[in-house]
Amino acid sequence: MAKLTIADLKKIKEEYHAGQALREGGFKVKITVHMGTCGIAAGARPIMNVILEELAKSGRKDIAVTTSGCAGLCSKEPMMTIELSGEAPVRYIALTEEKARKIFAEHVMAGKPVKEYALVVGHETTY
Amino acid sequence: MGNEAVAQQAATDNETITPEMYRRIDSIIERYKDKPGSLIPVLQQAQDVCGYLPHPVQRYVAKGLRMSPSVVFGVATFYSFFTLVPRGKHVIRVCLGTACYVKRSEEILDKIKAELELEVGEITRDKKYSLEAVRCLGACGLAPVVVVDQDTYGDVAATKVMDILKKYE
Amino acid sequence: METYRSNIMICAGTGCVANGSLKVKDALETELIKRNLQKEVKVVLTGCNGFCAKGPVMVVYPEDIFYQMVKAEDVPHLVEEHFIKGRPVKKFLYTPPAQKDAIPVMNEIPFFKHQVLRALRNRSLIDAEKIEEYIARDGYLAAAKALTEMTPEQIVNEVKNSGLRGRGGAGFLTGLKWELCARVSGEIKYILCNGDEGDPGAFMDRSIMEADPHSVLEGMIVAAKAIGAHYGYIYVRAEYPLAVHRLQLAIDQAKENGLLGKDILGSGFDLDLEIYQGAGAFVCGEETALMASIEGKRGMPRPKPPFPAVKGLWQRPSVLNNVETFANVPPIILSGADWFASLGTEKSKGTKVFALSGALNNIGLVEVPMGIPLRTVIFDIGGGIKGNRKYKAVQMGGPSGGCIPESLLDTPVDYENINKTGAIMGSGGMVVMDETTCMPAMAKFFLEFTEDESCGKCVPCRVGNKTLLTILARITKGEGREGDIELLLDLSQQIKDTSLCGLGQTSPNPVLTTIKYFREEYEAHIKEKRCPARVCTPLVKFVVNDEKCKKCGTCFKACPAGAITWEKGKVAYIDPEKCTKCKSCIKSCKFWAID
Repeated sequence: MAKLTIADLKKIKEEYHAGQALREGGFKVKITVHMGTCGIAAGARPIMNVILEELAKSGRKDIAVTTSGCAGLCSKEPMMTIELSGEAPVRYIALTEEKARKIFAEHVMAGKPVKEYALVVGHETTY
Repeated sequence: MGNEAVAQQAATDNETITPEMYRRIDSIIERYKDKPGSLIPVLQQAQDVCGYLPHPVQRYVAKGLRMSPSVVFGVATFYSFFTLVPRGKHVIRVCLGTACYVKRSEEILDKIKAELELEVGEITRDKKYSLEAVRCLGACGLAPVVVVDQDTYGDVAATKVMDILKKYE
Repeated sequence: METYRSNIMICAGTGCVANGSLKVKDALETELIKRNLQKEVKVVLTGCNGFCAKGPVMVVYPEDIFYQMVKAEDVPHLVEEHFIKGRPVKKFLYTPPAQKDAIPVMNEIPFFKHQVLRALRNRSLIDAEKIEEYIARDGYLAAAKALTEMTPEQIVNEVKNSGLRGRGGAGFLTGLKWELCARVSGEIKYILCNGDEGDPGAFMDRSIMEADPHSVLEGMIVAAKAIGAHYGYIYVRAEYPLAVHRLQLAIDQAKENGLLGKDILGSGFDLDLEIYQGAGAFVCGEETALMASIEGKRGMPRPKPPFPAVKGLWQRPSVLNNVETFANVPPIILSGADWFASLGTEKSKGTKVFALSGALNNIGLVEVPMGIPLRTVIFDIGGGIKGNRKYKAVQMGGPSGGCIPESLLDTPVDYENINKTGAIMGSGGMVVMDETTCMPAMAKFFLEFTEDESCGKCVPCRVGNKTLLTILARITKGEGREGDIELLLDLSQQIKDTSLCGLGQTSPNPVLTTIKYFREEYEAHIKEKRCPARVCTPLVKFVVNDEKCKKCGTCFKACPAGAITWEKGKVAYIDPEKCTKCKSCIKSCKFWAID
């Protein structure tokens, strides 16, 4: 890749937001599996596998699956966050493979959050 | 170690450290020899090759990096990452970080020591297990934690730990 | 207290901040001053209330009017209409849908409500292995600003004015450290990052390196420019393979994109960074020992002066900062010293990341404003003590720190106030203990650690800590002698006064604080040969106390050795012949009925 200039940084930022934004025509759902050391130790990998499997089965192309590092609440790992376009992100905790399948079917596919597995909606405070 | 044990260890070392391993160490030394401060990475990689750092390997590295063997020995014994004795087929690591301690990981360690008849840093007679105590694996949310090879077990009870080990034959 | 006629609560959740809520806040404040309303209307930042798609959102109290998607340029009109003419602006009005049994929002859950993420600003939001995701969250803009618009003096002043102090434990002013090194002339200087997080029970740095490695690199670029360094190392524990992997990937990506290497971002500034994997030695957290280790030697500290700012790695001027410190730097450069200093106490600015663990309901990594009371961290964020047990103490600062008892729980968390308790802020480990923890045994645990990790160079640490451990070992075995407590105190003071480095100077802290706050426990061990927490096996009798036993049979069910006999309505009995002293009964008994 070529060396970046400062203008490039801004362009990457804009392009990224344009490309990744959850919107019509682009991705409509973003699934983030939180995979820091403790998340992995608590079983985040099998959860990721289930999600990828379900995604393949669904055949949908408008779902982005990604990872992040530690999400902060180690005692409730494994965790996953699901964000539908136009809605606040929902964080699920203490996942198992069955729970992940249910969340995929009901929240991702049908748009109905699974209340009993969810901890919280919204973003953390940053200022 | 008694004389007999020393002789026995030397015989094992000669058996386990193959010429192929020395060739691999050569290429590691070649990569690092002109770089200042390279002893620790060289030893780390040599240990990856051999599984441990017996005296012949330490002397070999010393010669390759043009250092005194005493310097190499000094470094190899200073850092807990290096081991001078071979490890077992399965490595058991019991976390003794503060969070695990508060949740009584010492009792887990005592249980394993008693059941397998070995101390920390030792290997069972059948060479199946070696036991290590580690300081914080960073999985405090799962405390107390025991790691066997690459598998992490959280919330381990002293009374149940032997059931976990049975899975590793 | 001042009273305001109205409060404007603006959401500072990540979503709203990304949509410009902080700019709206600034615009509001400016506009209110312009209209001379600053004494009547107050602007407050709040946590997320879950309407992220409508951001930035704000609520005006006491009217309880909800505005959505307000932009900075709309603010003058909004202030004019709402606060001067008293007419809510219809265009921005929003009626939150009435939700029955909805999933709670961040603001309603204490674990999230009290946290403010700065060093962890990207947590759970970006993929650590994709540089474009970091850039999309304003990544490397601070580096760009520092490299092209700021002189080294300006960078040093900005960081100095922010009041940022070293997050590794000692709390030295970061900007001052940079200034000292910047003033030393020298062709070759080094910028170093300390990722050798050795405190057992601390995992802040690991989490940052794993979740947001580019923020560390960017902080190092800024620091390198400030001091004039063109080479640097990140020293990481070998026990953190995932952190090493992600940092290496980040360095490779940064190099590929011209964000490390020669002529960064076309600024003419060069910087190369390399990871150095530690080989397991706690003392390498000490700066001179860490440098000795990078030089390939035994990691032993040396006396200071000369300070590393003058003679550090390979005798060259060097600056070493901790991972969290570097992660705090980019936002300071972008948002300014005043912004950073807007949170915190007089001498401790900004936020601090803590690793909460132990006997708590919520275990995890939290970032809170400096000055927050310990009680809030433990009982609100941490969710209180697990399993209806009682709080006993919180251990802060690892083997160099101390225990803080119930009576001091209202202590504000900052460097000075924590020091006053005898503990230290440390790198951020907070291990909470309930009544089942024995304090002399806890002190012994830490001394075993220090004795094991002492490098052996100076006598007070090498011999002194061993002697402390010997005394503690005999106390916990029931062989404690009259005068042992005084001996521990005397010896501890001498070790503190005469040791060469920070490890020895702080190693007696666990002993000193446990004696200070839990002396009666030491006395019970020594004089009555009794362990009140029933931890020290030689001091436990394994006899059921008739008066306390509630005849519930829980111990009977818990015993794996079949040593307990019990019938409904009768006091349990432990057969000493069959008892293996595994303590399962003690752990199961809620009434402390087994002595």
